[in-house]
Amino acid sequence: MTESTDLTRMTAARLASVVATGDASAVEVAQAHLDRITAVDAAVHAFLHVDTAGALAAAGAVDAARAAGGAAALGPLAGVPLALKDVLTMEGIPTTCGSKILEGWRPAYDATVTRRLKEAGVVILGKTNMDEFAMGSSTEHSAYGPTHNPWDLTRIPGGSGGGSAAAVASYEAPLAIGTDTGGSIRQPAAVTGTVGIKPTYGGVSRYGLVALASSLDQAGPCARTVLDAALLHAVIAGHDPLDSTSIDLPVPPVVEAARHPDVRGMRVGVVRELTGDGYQAGVQQRFDESVALLEELGAEVVEVSCPHFPYALAAYYLILPSECSSNLAKFDGMRFGLRAGDDGTRSVEEVMGRTRATGFGDEAIRRIMLGTYALSAGYYDAYYGSAQKVRTLVTRDFAAAFEQVDVLVSPTAPTTAFKLGAKLDDPLAMYLNDVATIPANLAGTPGLSLPIGLAPEDGLPVGLQVMAPVLADHLLYRVGGALEAAMLDRWGAPILDGAPAL
Amino acid sequence: MPAITPEEVAHLAVLARLDLPAEHLARLRAELDIILESVATVSEVAADDIPPTSHPLPLTNVFRADVVQPSLTAEQALSAAPATESGRFRVPRILDDES
Amino acid sequence: MTHPTDPLMRWDDVLAGFDPVLGLEVHVELGTQTKMFCGCRTEFGAAPNTQTCPTCLALPGALPVVNAVAVESAVRLGLALNCSIASWCRFARKNYFYPDMPKNYQVSQYDEPIAYGGWLDVEVPTPDGPRIHRIEIERAHMEEDTGKSSHVGGETGRIQGAEYSLVDYNRAGIPLIEVVTKPIEGIGALAPELARAFVGELRALVVALGISDAHMHQGSLRCDVNLSLRRTRVDELGTRSETKNVNSLRSVARAVRYEMQRQGALLEAGGRVVQETRHWHEDTGVTTSGRSKEQAEDYRYFPEPDLVPVAPDAAWVEELRSALPEMPADRRRRLQADWGVSDLEMTAVLNADALAVIEATIADGADPAAARKWWMGELARLANERDVELGQLGIFPADVARVIALVEAGTLTDTMARAVVDGVLAGEGSPDDVVTGRGLQVVGDDVSLLAAIDEAVAANPDVVEKIRAGKVTAAGVIVGAVMKATRGQADAARVRELLMAKLGV
Ligand SMILES: [Mg+2]
Ligand SMILES: [Zn+2]
Repeated sequence: MTESTDLTRMTAARLASVVATGDASAVEVAQAHLDRITAVDAAVHAFLHVDTAGALAAAGAVDAARAAGGAAALGPLAGVPLALKDVLTMEGIPTTCGSKILEGWRPAYDATVTRRLKEAGVVILGKTNMDEFAMGSSTEHSAYGPTHNPWDLTRIPGGSGGGSAAAVASYEAPLAIGTDTGGSIRQPAAVTGTVGIKPTYGGVSRYGLVALASSLDQAGPCARTVLDAALLHAVIAGHDPLDSTSIDLPVPPVVEAARHPDVRGMRVGVVRELTGDGYQAGVQQRFDESVALLEELGAEVVEVSCPHFPYALAAYYLILPSECSSNLAKFDGMRFGLRAGDDGTRSVEEVMGRTRATGFGDEAIRRIMLGTYALSAGYYDAYYGSAQKVRTLVTRDFAAAFEQVDVLVSPTAPTTAFKLGAKLDDPLAMYLNDVATIPANLAGTPGLSLPIGLAPEDGLPVGLQVMAPVLADHLLYRVGGALEAAMLDRWGAPILDGAPAL
Repeated sequence: MPAITPEEVAHLAVLARLDLPAEHLARLRAELDIILESVATVSEVAADDIPPTSHPLPLTNVFRADVVQPSLTAEQALSAAPATESGRFRVPRILDDES
Repeated sequence: MTHPTDPLMRWDDVLAGFDPVLGLEVHVELGTQTKMFCGCRTEFGAAPNTQTCPTCLALPGALPVVNAVAVESAVRLGLALNCSIASWCRFARKNYFYPDMPKNYQVSQYDEPIAYGGWLDVEVPTPDGPRIHRIEIERAHMEEDTGKSSHVGGETGRIQGAEYSLVDYNRAGIPLIEVVTKPIEGIGALAPELARAFVGELRALVVALGISDAHMHQGSLRCDVNLSLRRTRVDELGTRSETKNVNSLRSVARAVRYEMQRQGALLEAGGRVVQETRHWHEDTGVTTSGRSKEQAEDYRYFPEPDLVPVAPDAAWVEELRSALPEMPADRRRRLQADWGVSDLEMTAVLNADALAVIEATIADGADPAAARKWWMGELARLANERDVELGQLGIFPADVARVIALVEAGTLTDTMARAVVDGVLAGEGSPDDVVTGRGLQVVGDDVSLLAAIDEAVAANPDVVEKIRAGKVTAAGVIVGAVMKATRGQADAARVRELLMAKLGV
C-alpha cells in the first residue's frame, strides 16, 4: 500500500508523526483540512460552525511548542485536526446542539472533553451537525438541515452524530468526537464506513456535554482506523471530579490493545437476538463473513443468548424521554438562548410555552411529551419503573454472557444507510435503527463499530459491533484492530477508499 | 394500556410548558399512542422481584469538599440572558404563585 | 397593606367543635461555605448574581457534585432528631417550571430520605405548667434552595399585578435540609404554642449542631404550616391548607391560630376547605390564598441520574453520633440548675434568646446573676431599642463580663457601667478603652472626696444642721453636691459613708 502525501488522507497517527518530525507543520495540516471543508462541506454539511481562526491559532501553538521543545514536547495527537460534535461546549464558540433554541449561544466554558483535547494540542476545526439534542438516527432532526452521507449524498449519515461521522468519512477531519446515548457514535460509524466507540459509561467526562439522557450519554472517538480511535480515546478519557458519574480508575489500556490486536484464544459471542429477522441481507452476510474471519484469526466463536435484549428498545424509549423531558426543561428562554413571544403582556408561563414550542423541533417535542407522560403519577410504575427493571435484566444478560465469552458481536445497525426522508415520518421505524446498539447504553458497557465491507445489494458500508464488559474497553480495540488488519489484508485498501470522490 | 386521551395530551403540554397548536397536539396524540403501545412491552418482563436500575454503574458517595471555587461575574452570568435589569435576569410577569 | 379578610371563628368555638391536625415542614438553610452542588459562595446579601456558576445557573452541559459537608450536616441533624439514617439513598428530581429555579427541577429527595422516623421532645407552656410533648419526625432530607425574585410594577413588591420580575440566583442551590413532622393530633388549644415550640426547639438544635445560623428573619430557617380541622368525634380528616414561609416563631403560633379560626368559620358556615398553598402576611397577621393545588401539580419525581447514590458508612454514622453536642434541652436543664433560676426566669431568658450570651458571659468569669441581669435588663432594652437580636447588638459576652468585673471591683458604678456599654456600642473599643477614653472611674481616693465633702458641708450649713438633728434623708443634698463636684465619678455610697463619719451620726 502506498502512503498518500495528501494530508487529508492520512491517519491521525501518521499526521501526528508528520507534525512531530516536522515534515509538515500543524498549520499546514490544519489548512489542508480547512480547504477540504471548503471544497466539500457544501455538499456534505457535516459542520455547523468552522472555527478557521481558532484552528489555525491552535495549530500555530503546536508548531511553536515543537519549535521550543522539540517533538518530545508534543502529545501523541498534537497538531491533529478534529471535528467536535455540537453537543459539547467550547468556550466562545457557538454551541447549538442542532437546535434553534440554542441558536447563537456561546458558552463561557469548555467541556472537560474539549479542555483535554486543547491540552493535548488537538486542533479543533469546528462543530459538527447532529440531530437536535442528539435525538435521532439520521441527523435529519437538525434544525440546521441534514448532513449527507459521503457514500451517497442522497442518503443519511446516521445519527445523531451524522456530522462527526460524515466529517471523518469525507476526509474533512481524521478524528471527531461523537456522543452515544443509544448508538449515536456507532450507528453513524456503521453507515459511513468509519470507526466509532462508545466507551464505558463514566469513562469519559460528561461535564460540558449538553445532556440528553444523563444515565445513557457518553462521549467517544470517531476515526477512520481503530488505532486512531484508541489514541483519541486515551486523550479524552479519565476521571473528572466535575462529573459525579465519572469513574475514578485508570483508563483501560486502549492504545496498547490497538497496537497489538490479537484475537487468538479469545472467546467471541454472537448475540442470537441481534441477528436474523430485521437485518438486511447484505448486512447479515458481511456480519457472518466477519464472524468466520474472527474464527480464522484464532477466536473461539459461540452463540450467546441475551433473552431480554428484545425489550431494550422499549425500555430505552421510556428512560431516554423521561430523562430528556427533565434535562431539556432548562431551555425556557429565561437565562440563555431563544425567548419567544415576550411582548410585555404575556406571562412567564406563556413565554416559556411559546419559547419551547418555537425552539424545539418535532422529535424533541415528541420525546419531551413522551417522557412527561412516562413519569406522570399513575403511569410511572407501568412505564418508567418497568423500563428500569428491564435495564436490570439487560445488565444481567450482559453479565451472564460475559461469564461465557470475552466479547459479544452483532451487526451495528440492521440496515445500510437509507435515503434521506425515508423514515422521517415514522418515528418507530427510525427508532429501530438503534436496536443493536441500545443494550450497551442501558448497561453502561462499551461498544465499538468498525466497517466490515459493503453490502452487495447497495454497495454501502456495513458495520460490525463489538461489545465488552464495563471497563474492558481495550478488548474492543483488540478485536476491532485484529479484524481491521485482516480485512485490510484481504482487500488491500481501507474500505473508505471505495467511497466516491466528492 | 389505556389509549392516551386528547385531554391528557393537552395536560402534558401544560406540564412540559409547550404551547402547541391544536393540530400539533392531535398529531402528537396519535404518535404517542403508537409509541406507547409499542413500549408497553416493558411491563411483560418487569416482575415484582426485579430491582430497578437508575444508574448504569454501582458508584456511591461521590462528594466534593466544601471549598469555594470562583463564580462567574454578574456580567458573565447575565451575558447570554435575553433580558436583564439591575444585575438581575428580567423575566415576564409570573402568574403561577409558587414560592 | 390590606388583604381580603376571611371570617374567623371565635377561638373557644373552634376548640369546642374541632380538633386541629398540624403538620410542620421546616427548611433549614445550611451554613456551608459553598452551595449544595457547586463551589459558589453562600454569603447572604451579596450583590445579585455574583455567586453563580454554570451549575447553579443550569447552563447547558454543567453538572452537579454533592457538597460533603451538606451530607454530614444532614446525617448529624437526622441523628439529633433520633432518626434512622438510610444506608443507601438517592437524590431525586422534582420537576416543575418556575423562573427562580434554573433547571426547572429541584434536586431533592423523594421516597429515600437520608433520615427518617425520628422524634423531638418540645416543651410547651400550659396553664398547669410546662408540658413535654413528643413530636414524631417523618423525615429529614437534603435539597437545594431556589433563587429570589423581586417584582416590578403594580403594588409595591407584590407578585400580583407586577409587570415583570427580576431574578437573582445567588440563593439558588444553597443546601437545605427539609424536616417534616408526622401529623400532630389531639393537641387542641396547644396547637399554636406547640408549633412555635417545635420550630424553636429545632432552631436551637440546628444552632447547637453548628450547621446553620438559623436566622428566621433572613430566611435561613423557614416554616411551612400544614393545618386541617376535623370535627370533634368524627373520624374523618379534613382538607388541609399549607401556609408557606412563616418566618418567625411568633408568627408560627399566630398562623396556626389564624388558620384554625379561618377553617372553623368556613366549615361552620357549610363551606369546604380547599387544598391550597396560602401565604402568611407578617404585617397583617392573616393568610391569603396562593396557588390552588386542586389541579394537583404532578412533580414527576425520578432518581437524579447526574448524581450517584449516597450510602453513609455505618461506622461513620456512629462516629458522628458519638460526637453530637449536648442537646439543647439537656443544656437548658443543666444551665438552669447551675444558675439556680426558676422556671419562669428561665422561660424569660429563652424568650429573649439570651441563653447563649449569658452562658458565654459566665464562661468569661461573670457571676450568673449579674450576667443574667445585664443581658435581660440593660442590654435587652438596648437591643429592643435598636430592633436587633441580642447576639447582633454589637457587644461581646467577654465585654459584658469585663464590665461586670469592673463594677464588682468598685471601679465603676452602675451608672458608669451603662456609660461604658454605650461606649462599646458606639465603637469606642473595649470596656477598658472606654473607661480610659471617657475618664470614667470611681474616685477611689478618700482624701479628694473628703475635700469635696468639706466644701459641700461649708456651703450648706442649714442642711448639716438638719442631718445632725436626725433628718438623715437630707444627706442626699450633700451627696448630690459632691457627685456634681466630682462629675459623677464618685461612689455615692462611699460619699455618704464619709459624710456620716464626719458628722458623727
Ligand atoms: Mg422541599
Ligand atoms: Zn454555582
